[in-house]
Amino acid sequence: MLDFRESVIALSYIVAAVFFIFGLKHLSSPATARAGNRLAAIGMALALGVTLLDRQIVSFWTIAIGTLIGAAIGVYFARTVQMTAMPQMVALFNGMGGGTAALVSVAEFLRLTRAGDAIGWGEGTSIVLGTAIGAISFTGSIIAFGKLQEILPGRPLQFPLQRLINAFILLSVLGLGGFVVVGGGGPTALWLLFAAALVLGAMFVLPIGGGDMPVVISILNSLTGLAAALTGFVLHNQMLVVAGVLVGASGTLLTLLMSKAMNRSVGNVLFGAFGAASSDAVAATSAVGRTVRQTTPEDTAIALAYARSVVIVPGYGLAVAEAQHTVRELATDLEKRGVDVKYAIHPVAGRMPGHMNVLLAEANVPYDQLLEMDQVNGEFPQTDVVLVVGANDVVNPAARDDPSSPIYGMPILDVDRARNVIVLKRSMGHGFAGIDNALFYNDNTRMLFGDARQSLTQVGQALKNV
Amino acid sequence: MSQETILGIYVFIMAIFVGFEVISRVPSVLHTPLMSGTNAIHGIVVLGAYLVAGSADTPLLHVLGFIAVVFGAANVFGGFVVTDRMLEMFKKREVALPKAEAEKKNA
Repeated sequence: MLDFRESVIALSYIVAAVFFIFGLKHLSSPATARAGNRLAAIGMALALGVTLLDRQIVSFWTIAIGTLIGAAIGVYFARTVQMTAMPQMVALFNGMGGGTAALVSVAEFLRLTRAGDAIGWGEGTSIVLGTAIGAISFTGSIIAFGKLQEILPGRPLQFPLQRLINAFILLSVLGLGGFVVVGGGGPTALWLLFAAALVLGAMFVLPIGGGDMPVVISILNSLTGLAAALTGFVLHNQMLVVAGVLVGASGTLLTLLMSKAMNRSVGNVLFGAFGAASSDAVAATSAVGRTVRQTTPEDTAIALAYARSVVIVPGYGLAVAEAQHTVRELATDLEKRGVDVKYAIHPVAGRMPGHMNVLLAEANVPYDQLLEMDQVNGEFPQTDVVLVVGANDVVNPAARDDPSSPIYGMPILDVDRARNVIVLKRSMGHGFAGIDNALFYNDNTRMLFGDARQSLTQVGQALKNV
Repeated sequence: MSQETILGIYVFIMAIFVGFEVISRVPSVLHTPLMSGTNAIHGIVVLGAYLVAGSADTPLLHVLGFIAVVFGAANVFGGFVVTDRMLEMFKKREVALPKAEAEKKNA
């Protein structure tokens, strides 16, 4: 029988689990999402608060100081990070969670072996999996962070014998894991397993291109959930099992939804040699040696001023140049002249699904001007001017027309069907997928080179003189 | 296998179904915030770190527990705050919507 204190803890955990479930439910609908996040936070506060009542906890100093430092770091970064850097921030926090799960598993193993308790195969398996998955998620997330932050090259990193080396590391992780479960090796074997899993996590993400990072982060997110659930088995704590599995399952579903939005299968993302295929394609198309037509801010302003309908296609380049406010001002000026202005949002514009909506909402763009891909694609043939600001792969007609293109089959915005297309771009560099874009060479396409915010400001000024 | 482990497996399986069921349909607009929100929830693992750190009795366990608590707390606090910041943007646009409509009517 549980005594009073243990009952309070156990019942509070059930309440917290209900908060998490309602939180998730509310998070999946726009109107209630913020409330959902808060519900989950309340559940978390409750779960952590009652855990402090646990008799197993005898010293509070480490917990208090550790929580204070961790919370300070977390809140500082969460509040100061630019909205454009949101994806890598999620990756970093996810890595922290993975690291926690691994360390908890290792520590519990050390405690049990030192106490001389026999570790059953169920507990042993949970410890091994918790350590391995947590460690993989930790280094994997850090590499994903590095790629998105552009500390590491976004292109897939490949080297000779890569698959062989990865297979060897994977086998060592499995072998060491089995060894620990059957009771051989002790702490040394678990530490080696921990180290091998850390290497495996990094090796697993390095060969994946930067464009696929959202899917990778989503996978790592559900892996961390699973690792948390496994520590629940180790510590005999149902709260950890429930919350961990909730994230593991919903994260898996989210991964599937996301890769569907990008028209990539999860297997393809993880193991497809995306970069290798695209380097051939680059060579093939740029060898044709077609030229692009440049335009000036003044000509752009005239084209926009005399248009009846303008569709703006924002991409990550807009976010990098922090031009979302400038683009909104330009749009307002055009509307005052009676031009119909809309924004076309590709599902994966930015670096993550939904990322661009967040960025434009931050710049106070009215929600009813944001059109999704399916709504807007039929309208392009009747659109006078399409202004592509820092988007590239999501407007590449090769995805629709060229079966040899590595992005063939990805749903795109059909901007090439509009009457005029003006592309704002820093240079003729390639997009995140690293491939050439046929749109730039079309007869009805004009290029306006330069920093997106500067170009837009110049267009805005020129517009006043039209 | 202990009764406790069996119960744990029960909870595990049921939670899989609940996890799949609660977010069956999510508009792509919410993919990023939802990922960030679930990311904060798995920060619950800091609870495990509390149990380890609070019962540590060797220097090594103290160090491991301490690092685990710092990481886990960063995950929890950072995760919820960053998600709230993202969702705050969505709230703004609900205010912007009636304004835009009002302007249209005036025009």
